[in-house]
Amino acid sequence: MPELTYTADEMMTIQAARMIRNGVTLFVGIGLPSAAANLARLTHAPDTVLIYESGTIGAKPNVLPLSIGDGELSETADAVVSIPEIFSYWLQGGRIGLGFLGAAQIDKFANINSTVIGDYNKPKVRLPGSGGAQEIAGFCGEVMITLRHNNRAFVNKLDFLTSGGYFEGGDSRQKLGLPGKGPTNVITDLGILTPDPVTKELTLTSLHPGIVVEQVIAATGWPLKVAPKLDATAEPTANELSILRDLNARTARAHAGQA
Amino acid sequence: MASILSLAEAIRETVRDGDTIALEGFTHLIPFAAGHEIIRQAKRDLTVIRMTPDLIYDQLIGAGCVKKIIFSWGGNPGVGSLHRLRDAVENNWPQPIEIEEHAHAGMAVAYSAGASGLPFGMLRGYIGTDLVKYNQRIKFIDCPFTGQKLAAIPAHRPDVTVIHAQKADRRGNVLMWGVVGVQKEAVLAAKRAIVTVEEIVDDLHAPPNSVVLPSWVLSAVCEVKGGAFPSYAQGYYQRNNAFYKAWDVVARERDSFKAWIGRHVLGTKDFGEFKRSIVSASNEGAPANA
Repeated sequence: MPELTYTADEMMTIQAARMIRNGVTLFVGIGLPSAAANLARLTHAPDTVLIYESGTIGAKPNVLPLSIGDGELSETADAVVSIPEIFSYWLQGGRIGLGFLGAAQIDKFANINSTVIGDYNKPKVRLPGSGGAQEIAGFCGEVMITLRHNNRAFVNKLDFLTSGGYFEGGDSRQKLGLPGKGPTNVITDLGILTPDPVTKELTLTSLHPGIVVEQVIAATGWPLKVAPKLDATAEPTANELSILRDLNARTARAHAGQA
Repeated sequence: MASILSLAEAIRETVRDGDTIALEGFTHLIPFAAGHEIIRQAKRDLTVIRMTPDLIYDQLIGAGCVKKIIFSWGGNPGVGSLHRLRDAVENNWPQPIEIEEHAHAGMAVAYSAGASGLPFGMLRGYIGTDLVKYNQRIKFIDCPFTGQKLAAIPAHRPDVTVIHAQKADRRGNVLMWGVVGVQKEAVLAAKRAIVTVEEIVDDLHAPPNSVVLPSWVLSAVCEVKGGAFPSYAQGYYQRNNAFYKAWDVVARERDSFKAWIGRHVLGTKDFGEFKRSIVSASNEGAPANA
């Protein structure tokens, strides 16, 4: 069989999708998390309940939404509720098992920044801001984060703490009284990082095919802890790749077709 | 009771310079036509509230209508930055802008509090985050029963809320469905409210428990077909994702933005003419719809 070729982004999305348990209630951020969540639903996790912050519960989009409230989501949802309701009753009320977020910056305790690069009052780059991210990070049973791995993203100190992971590490999250247990996996285009059970510091636990430890260390802005025994992420299967590519192709056609 | 008015009349009679206004609609039913009319009538020094500023506030900011923005997510969804918002924040163009930033749940409870006649909304959020360092209007209180630490946000009480909905009847009762966002709360929190609708009909045929805003909580209802374009109106037309992508190019530079607003908004008399104007630009081969 000829060797499969795939991109680092495809590996990241496919691995993120694999980590979604079938049947989980999943609060989905837009972009990479949405692609992974829908790939999971189209492969091993058909009973996953996708919830978008527009109030669409149980959305089953045929193409990826460009925005968090596309008609594709409300038309395929089991229920559509108002914004105050989705945030108060469903998210803060503790009904959501897993939150799935992207970020511009992340630190060693999985705190994330999606607000600003540089000083808040004199920004170098003004990003969109929290949206629902800080509530998702706070209230979901657990959180997964996916982003590309490089020095600009994996920083020693965040320019702005938008959404809390483990704050200062150790038991600092519990002390603040946030209900959810926090980020359990960070999936990048190089590997997987998981928090140390005690210190909560992110530790490299799996390498994607063809990636070496030195590469990941070099792409991380703090001295990265590496697990004594590293897992090897399985290569994407032909099935995973073909479903993801079909999804992306359908999406591109749908979004271009409305000009 | 709501008056059935043209959009130009409704904005002229309802929105004043210096007002605090909320144009709501969460991706769906964004009142773009009303935003354009505010730009045409050159309203100034507005404080604008909106969870997701989107293209509509990018246009108002670039056109010089806005002195302060209160928001929780300022981007072009799925595309990138709002370049006019960024230019105002980063370079004070066309004028300095004050920002008051929240997260979505904070904005939602602030509208709910405004609608409920409460001085503030509360939530179990913001704890440990940097927003509280920069927004002095996020405070913490202790629950009087359990001692739990809770965040408190002052109620939103806009002078005017403007939304778009699918239908109104001839008395000005309004029906909306689909992603309904925070519009009901935003209307009930406001002193005055304008609703633009896709169509005015004899009978709404609203099933029980539908989202209906009775005429007597509204100031004006205006029929503006397609008035949420390039966002969408479920049951009428889809979101024009290509326009959102094209906006990234238009808004990136001041000159291209000024040319666009000048030709398509300031150079047209109403939303119908605006739509014809962008179709004709598109036929000339300008960047999609722009």
